[in-house]
Amino acid sequence: MLRLIDINKYYNPGTVNEICLFNGFNLDVDEGEFVSVVGSNGSGKTSMLNIICGSIPIDNGAIEINGTDITKMPEYKRQMRIGRVYQNPAMGTCPNMTILENMSLADNKGKAFNLRRGTDRKRVDGYKEALSKLGLGLEDKMDVTVGTLSGGQRQAVAMVMATMTPIEFLILDEHTAALDPKTAELIMELTEAIVKEKKLTTIMVTHNLRYAVEYGNRLLMMHQGDIVIDKSGDEKQALKVDSILDKFNEISIECGN
Amino acid sequence: MLTTIIGILEEGFAYGILALGVYITYKILDFPDLSVDGTFPLGGAVTVTLITAGVNPLITLLASFLVGALAGIITGIIHVRFKVRDMLSGIIMMTGLYSINLRIAGSANVPIFTKDSIFENNIIDRIIPNIFRPYIVVTVLFVIMIIMKILLDLYLKTKSGYLLRAVGDNETVVTSLAKDKGTMKIIGLSIANAFVAMSGGIFAQKNGYFDITIGTGALVAGVASVIIGTNLLRKVTLLKATTTVIIGSILYKACVAVAIALGLEAQDQKLITALLFLVILITSNEKKRRVKAHA
Repeated sequence: MLRLIDINKYYNPGTVNEICLFNGFNLDVDEGEFVSVVGSNGSGKTSMLNIICGSIPIDNGAIEINGTDITKMPEYKRQMRIGRVYQNPAMGTCPNMTILENMSLADNKGKAFNLRRGTDRKRVDGYKEALSKLGLGLEDKMDVTVGTLSGGQRQAVAMVMATMTPIEFLILDEHTAALDPKTAELIMELTEAIVKEKKLTTIMVTHNLRYAVEYGNRLLMMHQGDIVIDKSGDEKQALKVDSILDKFNEISIECGN
Repeated sequence: MLTTIIGILEEGFAYGILALGVYITYKILDFPDLSVDGTFPLGGAVTVTLITAGVNPLITLLASFLVGALAGIITGIIHVRFKVRDMLSGIIMMTGLYSINLRIAGSANVPIFTKDSIFENNIIDRIIPNIFRPYIVVTVLFVIMIIMKILLDLYLKTKSGYLLRAVGDNETVVTSLAKDKGTMKIIGLSIANAFVAMSGGIFAQKNGYFDITIGTGALVAGVASVIIGTNLLRKVTLLKATTTVIIGSILYKACVAVAIALGLEAQDQKLITALLFLVILITSNEKKRRVKAHA
């Protein structure tokens, strides 16, 4: 499904501040996998997502989706197959547009943005239904601008928007990190439900070890641009927070944290 | 008194179309587009040249619109494809257009008093009785302005219009919709400058001449109208933003008229414009965010 092949990525190349992030990094993700990724700050988790999405260029290597090389494909074109939810709830929605307008935008992904009516009246009930599943009462606030919603509500809308049209990939970039524990829990449950319902291949970066253990069928721990733990299947199911926490402490001590 | 009010409305309506264009760049795209100072006289230059050549005055407005759209595309390409900063892209266009406008018009001042215009032609002469003469200009301007406003309102409700608003609101969303945000910015700049150039064409027909200096302060007038309108009438949620922008344009022209009535002379107009703009920026909370974003 997704392959990262021999990725090299340097930051500030040719300067004294040159940092080698990835040197011959490889990753294979199979169709239908839900991969949780943990790791300390600077371990390359978010950079990996940015490389997959095309937000940052790579120095060497190749990125393939279903056998197609997308290394040179611009970021926006890759998004045709990818849905992405960011850490910052403000990233996934347009604050000065209403919920209805945001939903209409998301619904039109992959189609032409032409001079037809922005909101298809016939689709509104479908939007309301999708929002009512969140249980936040957003379906009654269709004409409210998204900027007035709370962070959790915005993230929930962003989640629905990112997965509204057919996509192959869901990229979750610490998407619960900015939320309070209760809302984070809600968003995680929502994530699980959507991933199951749409059978999405998912990569979720998180700092919450419990989420990484509880959700998904594969777990990666990254450290300084390398994968130090890669468990899937039964091994993943048997994982406990304590065991990855031990490993986490081990690599953290190495770094002097 | 009545003459003064009509004068203010005339100016406000003519500049209202400019303000609608500036609303697109400044408010929707968050792009301080200085090419406006070049595209406003560009519309004027195109209009007087075509009118002198005997083209129908209405067609000249359409021509100004299209030429302005083209200029906007070029500003957009300079900014988006060549990655020149927004302010500088506009300054490059403004500077270059100065010469182009002189080339098109042939000289710095071109009178068209004796020619037909959208305000003075056979049809209007025939159907409008003499007593309504003083109101022809203001009425024609009002009608054109309303048409342009409605067209913009309709556009902003289309799928393309939604995407334009999204680009200014949150670029990341546009990228995640698998759309190139750069292309959308170019489209926005194109529409905006089309409105501005058309406004310049109307302004030239209203005055009966083209003058190269009309561009100076065009952006300031536009932004001032947008800020007055959207801030002052922010609480009136029933009014569309485009409506408040036009009201802003009228209020702005009223302020300038008041300043002149208080004894300042016409040559002080640009100074009044600048000071008024400064006052508007200081009194509105617009200042902080913009300075941070574009300094």
